[in-house]
Amino acid sequence: MADIDPMAEIRASFFIECEELLESLQDGLTAMDDGDFDSETINVCFRAVHSIKGGAGAFGLEALVRFAHRFETVMDEIRNGRLEPTRDTISLFFRGADVLFDLVRASRDDESLDDATVELILVDLEALVGARLAEEEAEEAEGADFTPMSLSLDPIDGDDHSGFALMDLDAPLDDPAIPPTSSAPAGFKIAFHPAAELFASGNEPRHMLAALRDFGEPHITCDLSNLPDLTGLVPEQGVVGWHITLETSARKEEIAEVFEFVDGLCELSIEATGSAPALPDLESIDLENIVIPGPRPDDDTPPQDATPEPAPATPPSASSPPAPAKSKDKSTGSAKATVRVDLDRIERLVNLVGELVINQAMLSQSITEAGVPTNSAVGSGLEEFLQLTRDIQESVMMIRAQPVKSLFQRMSRIIRESSAMVGKSVRFVTEGEQTEIDKTVLERLADPLTHMVRNAVDHGLENTDGRLAAGKSADGIVTLTAAHKSGRVVLEVKDDGSGINRERVKQIAEDKGLIPPGVQMQDQEIDNLLFLPGFSTATEVSDLSGRGVGMDVVRSAIQALGGRVTITSEPGSGTTFSISLPLTLAVLDGMVVETGGETLVVPLGSIAETLTLTAADIEQLGADTTLVRIREEFVPILDLAVELGFRTPLEGYEGRSVLLITSEDNSRTALVVDRIVEQRQVVIKGLQESYGRVAGIAAATILGNGRIALILDPTDLIASAGSSGPHSAQPFAIAG
Amino acid sequence: MSLSILAVDDSRTIRDMLRLALTQAGFEATTAEDGVDGLETLKDMSEQPDAIITDINMPRMDGFGFIDAVRAQDTYQAIPILVLSTESADELKSRARTAGATGWIVKPFDPSKLIRALNMVAGKGAA
Repeated sequence: MADIDPMAEIRASFFIECEELLESLQDGLTAMDDGDFDSETINVCFRAVHSIKGGAGAFGLEALVRFAHRFETVMDEIRNGRLEPTRDTISLFFRGADVLFDLVRASRDDESLDDATVELILVDLEALVGARLAEEEAEEAEGADFTPMSLSLDPIDGDDHSGFALMDLDAPLDDPAIPPTSSAPAGFKIAFHPAAELFASGNEPRHMLAALRDFGEPHITCDLSNLPDLTGLVPEQGVVGWHITLETSARKEEIAEVFEFVDGLCELSIEATGSAPALPDLESIDLENIVIPGPRPDDDTPPQDATPEPAPATPPSASSPPAPAKSKDKSTGSAKATVRVDLDRIERLVNLVGELVINQAMLSQSITEAGVPTNSAVGSGLEEFLQLTRDIQESVMMIRAQPVKSLFQRMSRIIRESSAMVGKSVRFVTEGEQTEIDKTVLERLADPLTHMVRNAVDHGLENTDGRLAAGKSADGIVTLTAAHKSGRVVLEVKDDGSGINRERVKQIAEDKGLIPPGVQMQDQEIDNLLFLPGFSTATEVSDLSGRGVGMDVVRSAIQALGGRVTITSEPGSGTTFSISLPLTLAVLDGMVVETGGETLVVPLGSIAETLTLTAADIEQLGADTTLVRIREEFVPILDLAVELGFRTPLEGYEGRSVLLITSEDNSRTALVVDRIVEQRQVVIKGLQESYGRVAGIAAATILGNGRIALILDPTDLIASAGSSGPHSAQPFAIAG
Repeated sequence: MSLSILAVDDSRTIRDMLRLALTQAGFEATTAEDGVDGLETLKDMSEQPDAIITDINMPRMDGFGFIDAVRAQDTYQAIPILVLSTESADELKSRARTAGATGWIVKPFDPSKLIRALNMVAGKGAA
């Protein structure tokens, strides 16, 4: 494998972690919004923001650090019970989470974010805690600890002290006025008397004394003056002290750093010796400052150079090349262990399993053809193989499956933004967030779902006055649900608005010439007019409409995923858009048919029912149109073989099989084929890369006998037949 | 000289960084993701680590609880424990010290500082 910059990898992984943290933040806020103020809920939110801040600081992502810090400060107020979480506060937190999300994305993509938006929230956040925040800010400026970390294999340079906040034990002597270049040897006199508590903290005076060797050769004398009688001796008590003289060019704060952790746990004094004490008055010190301007005098002078004997051991990372070190991650304590895998590898596995399924089918067919009885060892082995193949296939598909939760959380934001824009008060309810769906399907659902959710807020829900007048609650409710239903995933976007105004919809469709004037239509048919290209019910263009996406585009997007979208609407009580999707894009339940000497696959999902034609059922309508009577309804016949150019129309169709196809607009077509072979699961092999888009053909597959069969897109086929051929199947033309 | 360090932090990013910083310095790094995990990991380690680094804000068991629990066991009295936190309030530092923390380092950390501090508290630096 090529060398990968480890920091770049950690950075990438940080942004993935951010997404997870943002998700738990959303969860926490949602819980708080529902009245759950459990301390752990608040803690989860706090920790999410806190962890983002911590990581961002490490990468020097200042905008992110700044925002997360303020956000966290306000959350801390709630956590400590100093601030009451009101509805407004939580709504502000939601907006804050949105900005945090944007900042994370912007930081990830090295983009900058519109400051005005960020500032707006910051001002609101500050208003909540006011003075406290300002106080903290001042403290923070003092500490100045937020320098980005840099990881490298370079030797440690000993003059960077930005990381230690507690170091300044004696501020006045921090002054760079102590010159190491004076005539007498510079150094320090250190008195160190550990207190009893020091020993309980895991600190060890011996190590500190040893660490002083980094700066020069210390002369250490033990101070036993406090030593009691043997009878009064308590082993844990700090009775021994040390006096140390150290000749060094190191700065006082470097020496103090050695004792940083024991500040308050000992009596400590560090006094400069050599020339420094000879210049005690301020005037002289000022003079020195003038004589030696510029950077700190010892900045370019590593301690070793000025020390008579070089320190025997500088810190190991400086003196010795890094040894190959083992690294164990035993991070398995909480939740489930996960492993990040490149999507390409999963793709490859999915493809291979697809091949396995095909191979299994072929083998199965050859064995059957060879006349091997099913109760033989081979037969039962084959049965087991079939079961295993299916299990493997399912498991592999599960790898790609992800819960719809992240998608729903995105929608929660869309609701907040769009409701604010149109001035409606909306409550967002989700159900079935854990429902899993193929990752690709999930990603491609974002755009159509966004549009549907916006529509629900903008067009579906009445305004507050309208709702109150209709005897409803002031808050409109938009519900987003996901559930598994008979091998598919069904998503519903539901509003409790006034329902579709069908008269108006029909009028608009007539005005726009989409339907002939005065045509009789069922409610369902009128609702489906919303999916026609160029249809828009908005009489006035609101902020939300006019985004260039219509419901027709939504429907195409869903169909491209092998899905269907349907509308149900009840006047006065709301509208539901229902999206039914396959669990995966890789396999399909299909009906294998033969017609005109070719084998084809029709997606099972698009077939409403199958039947065999009898002469009595067939009616001729004019020269071009043949109808079949299905119960009380006449449905136009479409000869699939003719449509695909396999043959010319037949004289009669008795005895042929019919697949009744229901289109999205609920119009029905009887697709005639010679014979139905079987119903089976097929692995989808894309054709578009090789052939581009072919009307009426969705993809191809390899059958059990090793032959290639085309998979039909019946809706597309019927639409193109309706617009071009004599076998019109549509009651009225829908432009494709 | 190579030190064995147990690093406890709930942020994967910080864990990754610590592991990188420690292994680059030639140390052996073992990580855990919260106090509870930290205690279990500590128990599972065949040899006691030379030092422990811990975060404060963590789920399940925070840094204070973790230090308390470590110090409560006789065998772990002497292990140096450094707190690595974005916080720097004196009140928190004194709580950590009461619990038995050896030192406090503010995040984001300078790796060379961290290594130096570890060497110092573990007594392997200039000895």
